[in-house]
Amino acid sequence: MGLEEKLPNGIVLTTVEQVVGLARKSSMWPATFGLACCAIEMMSVGGPHYDLARFGMEKFGATPRQADLMIVAGRVSQKMAPVLRQIYDQMPEPKWVIAMGVCASSGGMFNNYAIIQGVDHIVPVDMYLPGCPPRPEMLLDAVLKLHDKVQNTKLGAHREQEITENEERMLRRSLPLVSKD
Amino acid sequence: MTVTEDYIDASGGDWDDVIEKAQATSAERLVVNMGPQHPSTHGVLRLILTLDGETCTEARVGIGYLHTGIEKNLEYRTWTQGTTFVTRMDYLTPLFNETAYCLAVEKLLGITDRVPERASVIRVMMMELNRMASHFVAMATFGMELGATTVMTNGFREREMILDIFELVTGLRMNHAYIRPGGVSQDLPPGTVGKIRELLKEMPKRIRVMRKLLDENPVYLARTRDVAHLGLPGCMALGITGPLLRASGLSWDLRKAKPYCGYEDYEFDVPVSDGGDVYARYRVRMAEMEESLKIVEQCLDKLRPGPVMIKDAKIGWPAKLALGPDGLGNSPDHIAHIMSGSMEALIHHFKLVTEGFRVPAGQAYAAVESAKGELGCYAVSDGGTRPHRVHFRDPSFTHLQAVAAMCEGGTVADVIAAVASIDPVMGGVDR
Amino acid sequence: MSTDNERERDEEAANLPEKQGRERLNAPVRRTGMFGATTTGDTSGYGGLRVRGSAPARSRRPFTDPDDPRTADFDRVADALEAALGEGEEGSAPKASVERVEVALGELTFHVRREALLEVARVLRDDPSLRYELCTGVAGVHFPDDTGRELHAVYHFRSLTHNSEIRVATTCPDADPHVPSIVSVYPTNDWHEREAWDFFGIVFDGHPALTRIQMPDDWHGHPQRKDYPLGGIPVEYRGATVPPPDERRSYK
Repeated sequence: MGLEEKLPNGIVLTTVEQVVGLARKSSMWPATFGLACCAIEMMSVGGPHYDLARFGMEKFGATPRQADLMIVAGRVSQKMAPVLRQIYDQMPEPKWVIAMGVCASSGGMFNNYAIIQGVDHIVPVDMYLPGCPPRPEMLLDAVLKLHDKVQNTKLGAHREQEITENEERMLRRSLPLVSKD
Repeated sequence: MTVTEDYIDASGGDWDDVIEKAQATSAERLVVNMGPQHPSTHGVLRLILTLDGETCTEARVGIGYLHTGIEKNLEYRTWTQGTTFVTRMDYLTPLFNETAYCLAVEKLLGITDRVPERASVIRVMMMELNRMASHFVAMATFGMELGATTVMTNGFREREMILDIFELVTGLRMNHAYIRPGGVSQDLPPGTVGKIRELLKEMPKRIRVMRKLLDENPVYLARTRDVAHLGLPGCMALGITGPLLRASGLSWDLRKAKPYCGYEDYEFDVPVSDGGDVYARYRVRMAEMEESLKIVEQCLDKLRPGPVMIKDAKIGWPAKLALGPDGLGNSPDHIAHIMSGSMEALIHHFKLVTEGFRVPAGQAYAAVESAKGELGCYAVSDGGTRPHRVHFRDPSFTHLQAVAAMCEGGTVADVIAAVASIDPVMGGVDR
Repeated sequence: MSTDNERERDEEAANLPEKQGRERLNAPVRRTGMFGATTTGDTSGYGGLRVRGSAPARSRRPFTDPDDPRTADFDRVADALEAALGEGEEGSAPKASVERVEVALGELTFHVRREALLEVARVLRDDPSLRYELCTGVAGVHFPDDTGRELHAVYHFRSLTHNSEIRVATTCPDADPHVPSIVSVYPTNDWHEREAWDFFGIVFDGHPALTRIQMPDDWHGHPQRKDYPLGGIPVEYRGATVPPPDERRSYK
């Protein structure tokens, strides 16, 4: 309320949440979790044509202990599921997960005995990215959307309130049903 | 972590514990678990290495972390829908998978000779482009796993050029489902030939750059020459085919030995080397890319106007597709015909698409020379509209058995080079 | 052997239609009805349809069809295999090890008794006139209706020397799913046999380490058998439920 006007040049006021969000989103280190076809597209994103380095994310960490974003790129089999969870548990907080491709998001066309029907059965997912496989541009878009989400994440009590509000909103939301009988 | 009398198991747990136990015993053998999530294992491959100092005394391979049940899923889909599944097996050589599958189905249907000429030429052209794309990824991942990032970025950049063509022709960068029983799903869109000519002009330069970078690079030579040697007897015993076999000195190529899709009409050489090591495999792959360029060029000369799908209305899907506003391929002529022209055509279309065509009971095996080796498809039909069983003999699956033969006695660092030189793709291995 | 063959062939020719009809009726029923619905809901009238499989095919000599270049060396291969197995005299080894020979779609298939599989594989690899250096692995196939021979193990062999390709098939009943392992002859079959065990439960006797390869070690069942469900789950979307592919109403 008028405080900004009295400040000398070069001073910006913001909230702690925004500063933390900026720091978090600007140095996101993905853990390589390439599984199948999507992994190749993920590697393309790291290549010079699409250049993930523009968003400060070219360092695909070989170790989950130095990573805060897991891009699950491909179909997760029953045999891989425990491994995936172990990797996820090794990542330090805060951490985010992108389910890249329709197999990681929902099992996709492989609705059978071998494939986990969506990686959200094992780890919490922040961003679902459809496509089989998604184009590299789509992965970039998902990454940017996730950056936006991270930037605007609240902290502490605000975060708890946000979660409660989100949950209530989702429960109220009704999708158009195909049939109501 | 466990310690027995003669080895230390470091395949999990805390390093401090491992070191403590190692100091308490005199054991020098160390069992290390590498993968299935490791940046140097080419996907979700798991290696269990027994190390004596730096020397790898035993190498065992664990697979199955990407098992997708594709072969079982095929049994619940029509024969045409099958292409959509098989293309996702070895995702770096999708067009080879589709061709092997379609050749097997066509053999069962007895229509091998009736596939239109133009469709065969397009198949060959797409396969050869795919061979280059696959070899580029092989180079790129090889470089990445040895720590040479430039090789990786170059490889992926070069591959993008080919993927642009794939996208133009099939609508997708990967997992095309473009080759269908009886032909291909649609004709080449306008502008394709020009784009491929551009590629033919540009690509030799790019390959030269890669060769300049690697052919006589002392670091590269030190990492690859005389590493992971596998001689011809070993190759034969382990059933190894493709670039690995040719790098061991045997000029065996299904394109020459059992030509399919009209390969007998193309002029190309089969590159061979007798090194039997990682470097020889690299040289063979590079030379193969140059041969592929030759074949693609001949394909362009052979392209004659004509149908791209078999004439038989009982099998051939509408193949004159145009991209609709929804991004899906439609054939406006065909839609006009079935929706307003002919009731019978509508019924026929409905039957063909929902029920699919029947394939006479029997079994057939079709093999193609994929970028990795002999890719075989064994299809069994019980006379219905869906396969009774489809089995893929994937070269990567067979070749991974050679890891022990290549690595044991070498150093740990050479294990990486050995696995990368096999160029396994786990999607194909585990299916 | 040839006179015997000729006599059989003449007899067959004499009552061919009747024989074919009989064989057809003895063949196992492959499926009934035409549509997926088995109870009410099938108004097509095709519900009572019974479709039978074909009787096991058996080809007679000559195997080489002059009009089909793909079959050019089939007679030579069959002769060589017969000679190498020490056959020729009636009732001796060839008849004992090779049950029947099938030529179809330009492919030559030897249906081999499982007891003789290892011997046949060894001969195929070592005999100078055969020299099938390359085995491209084994594929399991499950035919639940083929009583007594439910599980098939199908091998493809390729000769680089003679540029020839053959198929060897052997069967075993569900109750006794044992087939000899040919890893000692073709080391490349190591993983292929493990895969066939994993997916079909065929036990390859003599395999050095027959363990699961694709599925987790503690998995129950052999998932690619026909009596193992596909295992899909129904997908819910906006109030509607899409059943998994194997439970949808569909054509057979």
